[in-house]
Amino acid sequence: MSVSTNHEEHIDSETGKLGMWIFLFTELWLFGGLFLVYAIFRAKYSADFHTGAAELNAFIGTVNTVVLLVSSMTVAMALTAVQKGDRRLALFLLLLTLILAAVFMVNKYFEWAHKFEYNLYPGSEVLKNLPRGELLFFGLYYMMTGLHALHVVIGMILLSITIVKIKSGAVNSERFLMLENSALYWHLVDLIWIFLFPLLYLIT
Amino acid sequence: MKHEEKHISSYSSLAIVLVVLLALTGVSVWVTGFHFGSLAVVIALLIASIKVRTVITYFMHLKFESRLMKLMVTGVFGLYALVIIITFVDYYFR
Repeated sequence: MSVSTNHEEHIDSETGKLGMWIFLFTELWLFGGLFLVYAIFRAKYSADFHTGAAELNAFIGTVNTVVLLVSSMTVAMALTAVQKGDRRLALFLLLLTLILAAVFMVNKYFEWAHKFEYNLYPGSEVLKNLPRGELLFFGLYYMMTGLHALHVVIGMILLSITIVKIKSGAVNSERFLMLENSALYWHLVDLIWIFLFPLLYLIT
Repeated sequence: MKHEEKHISSYSSLAIVLVVLLALTGVSVWVTGFHFGSLAVVIALLIASIKVRTVITYFMHLKFESRLMKLMVTGVFGLYALVIIITFVDYYFR
């Protein structure tokens, strides 16, 4: 005979969140390392980095900053909506976040495509013949914005899974760790962009 | 099980945070138009740091998290600042 355990599913959301933060720390260091490389080469080849940064479209950069900031707010609001038990609003806000993320990616596509037209892509002959500093600038630009874009895509997948779970009721006003952690991840994507934007686009 | 009182951010406070962040973005774009040279880097990074702090405090709810969590986040950023300082000291004085 099986011992009847008063089985109460125990979910420690505090620990779950702590784990997510620790993971985010590793992400911060991943980009932090790249920022450090960028900072040193910028100090070493400041004139070349100047020329390189001037090539970037500050307008698209600014638009994408605004898009990510707004999406960060909508995801934070979605958490509030779920906590208050307003499922429809939460779904709407998450969908809005996904749309904004897609807008960011489309902008990124046009930005990169425009550079590719001028043969400014990693490994191209044009890029190889640029001064060393500019080559480094574009290398870091593609590496950092590419890695960031990958995080945007992962964030979109996480948010999509959360949407499905809210629909099925697995994420509700009592249990919302999945949404909290996906939101934290999405905010990280925003955080990294907050540093990338002035470093790459503004300081020319 | 006893649950601690969860803090729920209000929609209006989140909207205010967004307005502040957008204003700071505007300032950083505006300021770089002046071509301050190396000072521009400092200003841009200073504004970015304020923005990051704002996002972490309000959007990521760190303000309402446990003391341990706050300590950890501060520690990680502090450690990173230290790494930057040490690297640059090494770069300029080697």
